[in-house]
Amino acid sequence: MPDVIVLDAVSRVFPTDPPVRALRDIGLRVRRGDYVAIVGPSGSGKSTLLNTLGLLDRPTSGSYLLNGTETTVLGDGARTRLRGREIGFVYQSFHLLPHRTVAENVMLAEVYGGHPRRHRRRRALEALELVGMSHRVDFPPGRLSGGERQRVAIARALMGEPALLLCDEPTGNLDSGNTEAVLDLFDGLHAHGLTLLVITHEDEVSARAGRRVRISDGVLTEE
Amino acid sequence: MDIRDLWAEALAGVLARPVRSALTTLGTVLGITTLVITLGVAATAGNQIVGRFDELTATAITVEVPAGPGGPLVGWDSPAEVRRLRGVTSVSALAQTEESSNLRVTANDLVDPTRVTGQTLAVVAGDPELPRAARGRMVEGRFFDAGHVRRGDRVVVLGDQAARMLGVTRLTGAPAVFIEDRAYTVIGVLGGLGREQVLSTAVIVPPTTGVGLGLRNVTRVLVNTSLGAADLIARQAPVALSPNHHDELQVISPPTPKRARDGVQDDVNGLFPILGLVSLVVGAVGIANVTLVTVMERVSEIGLRRSLGAARRHIAAQFLLESTLIGMTGGVIGAGAGLVSVVAVSAAQRWTPVLDARLALAAPVAGALVGLLAGLYPALRAARMEPADALR
Repeated sequence: MPDVIVLDAVSRVFPTDPPVRALRDIGLRVRRGDYVAIVGPSGSGKSTLLNTLGLLDRPTSGSYLLNGTETTVLGDGARTRLRGREIGFVYQSFHLLPHRTVAENVMLAEVYGGHPRRHRRRRALEALELVGMSHRVDFPPGRLSGGERQRVAIARALMGEPALLLCDEPTGNLDSGNTEAVLDLFDGLHAHGLTLLVITHEDEVSARAGRRVRISDGVLTEE
Repeated sequence: MDIRDLWAEALAGVLARPVRSALTTLGTVLGITTLVITLGVAATAGNQIVGRFDELTATAITVEVPAGPGGPLVGWDSPAEVRRLRGVTSVSALAQTEESSNLRVTANDLVDPTRVTGQTLAVVAGDPELPRAARGRMVEGRFFDAGHVRRGDRVVVLGDQAARMLGVTRLTGAPAVFIEDRAYTVIGVLGGLGREQVLSTAVIVPPTTGVGLGLRNVTRVLVNTSLGAADLIARQAPVALSPNHHDELQVISPPTPKRARDGVQDDVNGLFPILGLVSLVVGAVGIANVTLVTVMERVSEIGLRRSLGAARRHIAAQFLLESTLIGMTGGVIGAGAGLVSVVAVSAAQRWTPVLDARLALAAPVAGALVGLLAGLYPALRAARMEPADALR
């Protein structure tokens, strides 16, 4: 089994005047089942790192192996397919479609990438059960609390069994009670062997991770 | 991506903002309605006019032959020249003069003071083609043939009204009628005349027999043409009948139905299609506008879909399908409203509504096409978005 993430000498330079070096020669190895927190102040290159890891942005130089696949040489379409297959995203602002039910929002994860339509709703209900949201299946997201919305978003990310759960400030919009519930959920998923990578600036969140990596001015340091 | 998923996502996208979608269809509805009304009313009105020019009159030509100063302008054998023309179905020559129009005809020579047996009827000479050319049929007996004509037999054929007036109901026993006290055998009764109705009250004699009654020269030629050939034959027939004096012949031909219809359609078609097309363009711009706003509103949704594995073409396809659905809905509603309007207009004018079924089917397609075109630019904008920017 290859490591989930292998970054080698990854740099990302934005061609502004003067050029911004958002990532400088970054190396990072995330093994299967790791629970990694990336911490850093705003402007440190966190978002660029997240976009790079999520295949939403290309590094200027270096190599990025996702689950054994070299991604820097892939075309747009192949990167999209790989992203849909291997990565589940969890965002600070949840990104749930307001006009669709909770179940439909979760099922959206299987609309692209050639998943079968059969039993899709059943798989969505299973994912919702995993995050403890079975009682809100046919609710519109607007009627859920922040914590509930984030759990629905996590259920969506878990559909299709991704190799990596990529979380961008997952508790940024949550109060302490809901934050606790989401972090407990992460602990449970980690215990089941899921690979988690959480980007945060909150110490409370990073403290729960097995491994903390700090990014500052585009340079990554293990803590 | 499964096509059913694409369909479901696009439908959900349209239905997510029902009021906006409904308002967006309005432009297309107006455009398609106007177009359907225009074409429908034009077709309906056009067919009303054309309805008056039925096949019977549209194929009937009459050539009036004036009396020439130096002998007959048209001979009894001239119709054969017309018959050779392409598009002519039947021709017959007639002779009728002032004098022959009021001859005393009686069914027998008994003087019965209690009954009026004598009638003043028109006597007409005609060639054996007359029943066909007058679009009649023999009610009783037969028409005279070339043999009768050649021998100058004293035979007559009565028009059905004339036969009734004379009391000739059956031909058994070879009844005779007396024209100016000379006996002629009745061999047939001609009825059901499609044209030249005057023959139904006439006594028809062979041309050779008519000479004795003062019917020497052809005064009228009846020509029937196949549908659409009337115009051409009307120009050719005089030349064929009388090459040297063709400009003295008077041709009565049906008006060209095409021109009548064109006239009506020009009136209706002048302004309304332009209005319809303008509304369609406005509708398309409306759809494009709203779809563009929708795209901008749904930036984060686009980002989310991209992160879930949607390719650019999936995003483009969804927005294209959404705008196409909106356009098609407008087309369906517009076609319906247009059809109802055409029927209403027809009812008010006591017309028979005439509608091309293809028009009703083409309208939704046209609407969908408008939506598709309108959605091109917004869909392209949506597809071009970088997922990293869209998710920010």
